[in-house]
Amino acid sequence: MSELERLTARLAAVLPPDAVITDPVRLRTYECDGLTVHRATPGVVVLPGTAEQVAAVVRLCGEHGVPFVARGSGTGLSGGALPRTDGVLIVTSRMRRIVEIDIPNRRAVVEPGVTNLAITEAVRDRGYYYAPDPSSQQVCSIGGNVAENSGGAHCLKYGFTVNHVLAAEIVTPDGEIVELSAQDPGYDLLGAFIGSEGTLGIATKITVRLSRAPEAVTTLLAAFTGIEAGGHAVSAIIAAGVVPAAIEMMDALAIEAAEAAVHCRYPAGAGAVLVVELDGPRAEVEHQFAEVERICRDSGAFEIRVAASAEERAAIWKGRKSAFAAVGRISPAYIVQDGVVPRTALPRVLAGIDRLQEEYGIRVANVFHAGDGNLHPLVLFDDSVPGEAERAEAVSGRILDLCVEHGGSITGEHGVGVDKARYMPRMFTEDDLDTMQLVRCAFDPRGLANPGKVFPTPRLCGEAPGVRRGAHPLVEAGLAEQF
Amino acid sequence: MAARDVRDALEATGVAVRTAGDGDEVAGVRPRWVALPESAEEIAAVMRVCAAHDLAAVATGGGTKLHWGARPTRCDVLVDLCCMNRVLEHAAGDLVVRAQAGVTVEALARTLAEGGQELALDVPVPGTTVGGLLATGIAGPRRFRHGTARDLLIGVTVVLADGTIAKSGGKVVKNVAGYDLGKLFTGSFGTLGIIADATFRLHPLPAARAWVTFAVERPVTETVEPYVYEGRTLDTTSIDAAAALHAVIPAVTESPLEPSAVEVDWPDVAGPCTVAVLVEGAAAAERAKALCSLVGDATGGVVQVSEEPPPWWGRLPEPPGPDEPPGHEGRDADGGEILLEVRNTPYRLAGSFVEPFCAARTADVRAAVRGSLASHVFHVALPPDTEPGRVAGFTGVLRDDMEADGEGRVVVLAAPREAARRLDRWGHVGALPLMRRVKERFDPDRRLSPGRFVGGI
Repeated sequence: MSELERLTARLAAVLPPDAVITDPVRLRTYECDGLTVHRATPGVVVLPGTAEQVAAVVRLCGEHGVPFVARGSGTGLSGGALPRTDGVLIVTSRMRRIVEIDIPNRRAVVEPGVTNLAITEAVRDRGYYYAPDPSSQQVCSIGGNVAENSGGAHCLKYGFTVNHVLAAEIVTPDGEIVELSAQDPGYDLLGAFIGSEGTLGIATKITVRLSRAPEAVTTLLAAFTGIEAGGHAVSAIIAAGVVPAAIEMMDALAIEAAEAAVHCRYPAGAGAVLVVELDGPRAEVEHQFAEVERICRDSGAFEIRVAASAEERAAIWKGRKSAFAAVGRISPAYIVQDGVVPRTALPRVLAGIDRLQEEYGIRVANVFHAGDGNLHPLVLFDDSVPGEAERAEAVSGRILDLCVEHGGSITGEHGVGVDKARYMPRMFTEDDLDTMQLVRCAFDPRGLANPGKVFPTPRLCGEAPGVRRGAHPLVEAGLAEQF
Repeated sequence: MAARDVRDALEATGVAVRTAGDGDEVAGVRPRWVALPESAEEIAAVMRVCAAHDLAAVATGGGTKLHWGARPTRCDVLVDLCCMNRVLEHAAGDLVVRAQAGVTVEALARTLAEGGQELALDVPVPGTTVGGLLATGIAGPRRFRHGTARDLLIGVTVVLADGTIAKSGGKVVKNVAGYDLGKLFTGSFGTLGIIADATFRLHPLPAARAWVTFAVERPVTETVEPYVYEGRTLDTTSIDAAAALHAVIPAVTESPLEPSAVEVDWPDVAGPCTVAVLVEGAAAAERAKALCSLVGDATGGVVQVSEEPPPWWGRLPEPPGPDEPPGHEGRDADGGEILLEVRNTPYRLAGSFVEPFCAARTADVRAAVRGSLASHVFHVALPPDTEPGRVAGFTGVLRDDMEADGEGRVVVLAAPREAARRLDRWGHVGALPLMRRVKERFDPDRRLSPGRFVGGI
């Protein structure tokens, strides 16, 4: 009998009968998250309904030395919720109560399975909203957002999950329930926990800040003949001291895909479109809008559309928000990449991507959060053509190299997960990674929480920094992977 | 090992070393030597000597807040980062700056202003360096709009107790690769490592700024009401914040006019206060005017608009002046500063006024309050000559009241030794066992600012 089997036999004592899944067919439902290239059937799936149940499961994992992985809605794009065949998958989908809406304190307390958009929907009629807005906000969970430090199109002005979470109740890898609060003196463990991709524990209750809905929102679509002109407009907007809520750009191929998929009717002949959203006090928005419009014209925009209503705004955003899925219309398969470059390096990096397309004979559609230099190149390929998937993978990796070479990052919002752990050494030295893992050692010395994610090489918490001897025991034990 | 050998070892690193003097004290503890590294590598060399000789080290920048936090349990080497004062890169087009830890916020602001940008933190202590700003996590009025240092920090290079140089984050704003060590180090009082340089996201300097100010003659009102208890009539006093404050503060903070900050200056809790609201950006004047009518309608009082901040804006409170001119007798080297940081929750607006008022009255001290009515973080200053028992009494009463609902917090940032001995500096600290485990991993031999932080960390 394996440790996992022994553990599974004890789950009935801490969970209701319908909260444990061992049926192989049902287990397979959980074999991947939003990044489907990585798959593993979980050893067992549990659906706890309370923090106490999560803690009880985690304690059992500790007792049996079995790894565990947390999963929210499973929309992540880096394989952060990829299960372990020898481990427990803890799914938070039953923990979806909005515990408290507290308008006088501008906050809401929610369970991790609550969807991002559900918070906004619960407070919208009182003039508030929850600011981070990842594209998957209709389905993605707040627990997942906390794990990934999710951003979204509007984080240019409003920041990320970490800037909007005030406190979190977490279950530590020891199975203790601990409250981390921004209000408390001491280390900012909350800040360290958010974005740790499930490697420091599981959030079971989250207090989020509610933001006041802006008085005015203006959305503008500007069409350019090419991406250079669009990029010029972006730089000029930033240089003018305007901080839009969002600046998004799509290139010709991405526009073509969106057109095929959702008929967004972007201006014909556009080599690039820019979506600029301004929000804030009406007087300020009017002033900035005039400036942005002028800059776009000066940069060569041949058509500018302004949304006059919520419907028109939705129409402008429709093309952009559908872009990832839309490339399925023009390509049998594709890889969604997520890299970041300093905004001023955008033209050079885009030129570099062009060269990669030629070199490898692979098409890349570019969609990006231009305001903060966050690229989402969609690397298109036909998996029925021998070798094309490999070439696409190579292009995707080399795009990350371009990002790092220009002082950027291998991920802006999708996370490292299992997918990019091997790229971490391109950005960080061994000392950097070992130092980050000191935090891991403090929270999870046995490395049971989501092992194999984020870090290419697990650090044995007992060893002295910088000293490595032979193969890592966790790797030998099959508890961790080495890339 | 003899002191001479240790000094030789420090000097052998090539880093400038001098014998510590009176001005080098860390919360009343004088180190033996001061090392003046000029790079992360030199900090690492100093830390390796400290590791080899089991020396405790404390980092300092401008030295403006060295008396904050608890006394170190030991302190051999003061690592003075004043020589690390270069702005390494201001990428204006990317709205990012990377600066060494010893750069003062004033020098940084001058460099950034040349490019029409700013680090949108109003650091309230002049002469604060980037490292000191991060180590203490101190912030000013615009925390309401832009957050604090942890929200604007995007990358950091640190040196650990064993001399390891590590970085996290980078120079792009949007980045989720790896753990965010910057957040962990921000506000850690130098107990995890020494910050060598930091990268921040910037904001364009606002096109215009306007301050709307109004005074409240009696911020705290006392009403005596008869109260019948078992057939007998008693007088009870109810204490509340002024109606004008109740009416105007939520209206302003929740206004679609989006003020960047709402601050109160209350030079003596026995007297009047002034409230100032900052609006910035395009159309600031227009928005200030709208705020003016909003405030005027609610208070019925005189409201002023100015393009200049009030003189107290963005500064810590000065303690209420003594009846006689101040003498320096009886003060210790840090001037005897007594400074508390109070965090409240928005719906307890009244508490922000009533509780300092009542605590001052109960403990029989004079107190000045200044801080944010939007973010609900305040600083309270007591006169340096306040009797130590009363400082402790004031802190205790204030904390009991603030923590009563489980959410308010009172931290004593600075207090003279005798007062500090009698009080609990940090109050409630959630997750302390986890914090200790983090400290044990980063600094297992407790060589970095030992004892300076929560729970004796």
